[in-house]
Amino acid sequence: MQMRTIEIVVGAFMLAGLISLAVLAIRVSGFNVGAETNTYSVFAKFENVGGLVVRAKVSIAGVIVGQVAEISLDQESFTALVRMEIDSDVAKLSIDSTAAILTEGLLGGKFIGLTIGADEAYLKDGAYITDTQSSIVLEDMIGKFLMKQF
Amino acid sequence: MIPSSAVSGVGANHVQIQADDFSRMNNQANNVSEDHITISEVVFSRGRRRIFDGISLNVPRGKIVGIMGPSGTGKTTLLRLIGGQLRPERGIVEVDGRRIPQLSRKELFDVRKSMGMLFQSGALFTDLSVFDNVAFPLRIHTDLPDDMIRDLVLIKLQSVGLRGASELFPSELSGGMNRRVALARAVALDPRLIMYDEPFSGLDPIALGVVVQLIKTLNHVFGMTSIIVSHDIHETASIADLIYVISDGKVIGSGAPEELFKQDTPRVQQFIKGLPDGPVPFHYPATDFRDQLLNHDSLNHSAFR
Amino acid sequence: MLASIRQLGQNGIDLITALGRAGNIWWQAIWRRPRLANAHLVFRQIYQLGVLSVVITVLSGFSIGAVLALQGYNQLVKYGSESALGLGVALVLVMEIGPVVSGLLFAGRAGSAVTAEIGLMKATEQLSSMEMIGVDPLQRIVAPRLWAGFISMPILALMFSVVGIWGSSLIGVDWLGVYEGAFWSAMQDGVDFKSHVLKGIIKSVVFGLIVTWIAVYQGYEAEPTSEGISRATTRTVVHSSVAVLVLDFFLTLVMFNF
Repeated sequence: MQMRTIEIVVGAFMLAGLISLAVLAIRVSGFNVGAETNTYSVFAKFENVGGLVVRAKVSIAGVIVGQVAEISLDQESFTALVRMEIDSDVAKLSIDSTAAILTEGLLGGKFIGLTIGADEAYLKDGAYITDTQSSIVLEDMIGKFLMKQF
Repeated sequence: MIPSSAVSGVGANHVQIQADDFSRMNNQANNVSEDHITISEVVFSRGRRRIFDGISLNVPRGKIVGIMGPSGTGKTTLLRLIGGQLRPERGIVEVDGRRIPQLSRKELFDVRKSMGMLFQSGALFTDLSVFDNVAFPLRIHTDLPDDMIRDLVLIKLQSVGLRGASELFPSELSGGMNRRVALARAVALDPRLIMYDEPFSGLDPIALGVVVQLIKTLNHVFGMTSIIVSHDIHETASIADLIYVISDGKVIGSGAPEELFKQDTPRVQQFIKGLPDGPVPFHYPATDFRDQLLNHDSLNHSAFR
Repeated sequence: MLASIRQLGQNGIDLITALGRAGNIWWQAIWRRPRLANAHLVFRQIYQLGVLSVVITVLSGFSIGAVLALQGYNQLVKYGSESALGLGVALVLVMEIGPVVSGLLFAGRAGSAVTAEIGLMKATEQLSSMEMIGVDPLQRIVAPRLWAGFISMPILALMFSVVGIWGSSLIGVDWLGVYEGAFWSAMQDGVDFKSHVLKGIIKSVVFGLIVTWIAVYQGYEAEPTSEGISRATTRTVVHSSVAVLVLDFFLTLVMFNF
């Protein structure tokens, strides 16, 4: 085959590769790489995060406003420390907001639901949400239920 | 030295005179040493098998030298030692005063520019046309403009009578034509030394005549030193100035063809005359025939091995 | 007993020697001196290895995507979560099946061809004659193939994943009736470019390198006879398929934080 034809075909092949990459980036992964830049961090401590994972969503009234960035153990209180990244345009979260770990549907993943309080002061980057509600662990619930029965 | 990265200057209009060629001419003028190649006391084994056991021979400059011997005596291996594709365990391999085994990879590739080799199978590059095959060494080693390379290739192809086949691919050629193209490629850079590995085997009489004639012409016209490795006595003797007969890792006879025919060494005589039995036995070493026939156990044993 | 121990030792030495020779090929061909003048050879090899593998890759990608959609739907619909179909198929394709299956196809289609071609060049003394002309076959023959494998493999894997996802959407959305918005939005929500797509690409690059490396090595070291070449071709397919699967395990282990 002629060299020129090969160059054209190979060029088309590489172009197809680039297009595939673009499709995967935009259509499939929704290209959420650059989104991290304009967020701020809010911390919360939970008794139990059971099942919550990094990149789980953070929502207010069902609208996604951020994601879980980091989960670690607080060595002093032995509670779970969760860092959330909240979109910068959701700036007015009062400092008495509460955070709860909720479940999506019966078997869905865990996410954090924020409920806004009434205070005039707002959470800043690095602030803590003090009022938290832990994940509901199915075994605990069943255990409590059984204890009541007997 | 011209950097070999400068492959085929596409559309370059300047003609660069090759420094390479001048140094080559000077070299030839200054280096008046009689022998082009000196091989002395070379030992080489392949695996456990010893192929050369202290072989020594000289190839005089500008002559046609035949290296003959039964199959499997390492004639091709000898060419590979000269070309530096194999290294001997001991001994000296000297081409133009340069010790081949001691050269670095780069120096070796450099020395090989002045060597041509015709392989038994032709070894044409199957993905290139006849023209591109012959042009290959020119494009790699010279900076010549395209039209000049074209002329040179056509001259070489004309000299082997295949200018008309330049657009064909190796798979479209007959065995004899294949070898002629390979010959044109081997002499493309006008080497001072050309090695032929079994140039006569497997050719029909006409193609054979053509190749014999070509080897002779190339030697006489261009003054190339030629080494022919072959077991075809008649053809080799008809063009060689000097013949070495090797067997069992050593030179067992040498001389001009007519001298060699007169030599009374039994092994040389057996080889030259093509006698089935003699110092080189007809039978592969075995136990006594009668014993084996009578001994049925050993027969069963070996039959299913 | 002693003989078997000796044999074991011999095998060990042979293995190390083989690794050394393979490493040497790698070193001589790629790292020592990449030549820009050989770019057109790389192009030709991308054509041979990459472009000629497109059809088989695309066809396989489509069927695997479609099958994943059928089977996935069957399981998910039991829990009423068939909207997660797109997410599941996309994750599986992008991270695992895309790179791995296209790597296996590449080994079968391109790897075997490379081994056979180089082996044949060796058997017909083309490599020797190239050396005698003063051209290093490692740079002229081997290096372009290694580069071409390195470039082609990720492209093929990307195509595989995209076509697979398309195939699953055809089956899932158009045929089985999964709600289209949910199909795509769940996918976009759950698939992350950096932590899923990119890692899949890294895998495919590694697979491309290892498959072509094995193919080139087997061809270069093949016994120059017809049986030797056929044995080498078989070895290429077997070794590189196993290498892809084993490496996939370790890459997954390393990249996905286990």
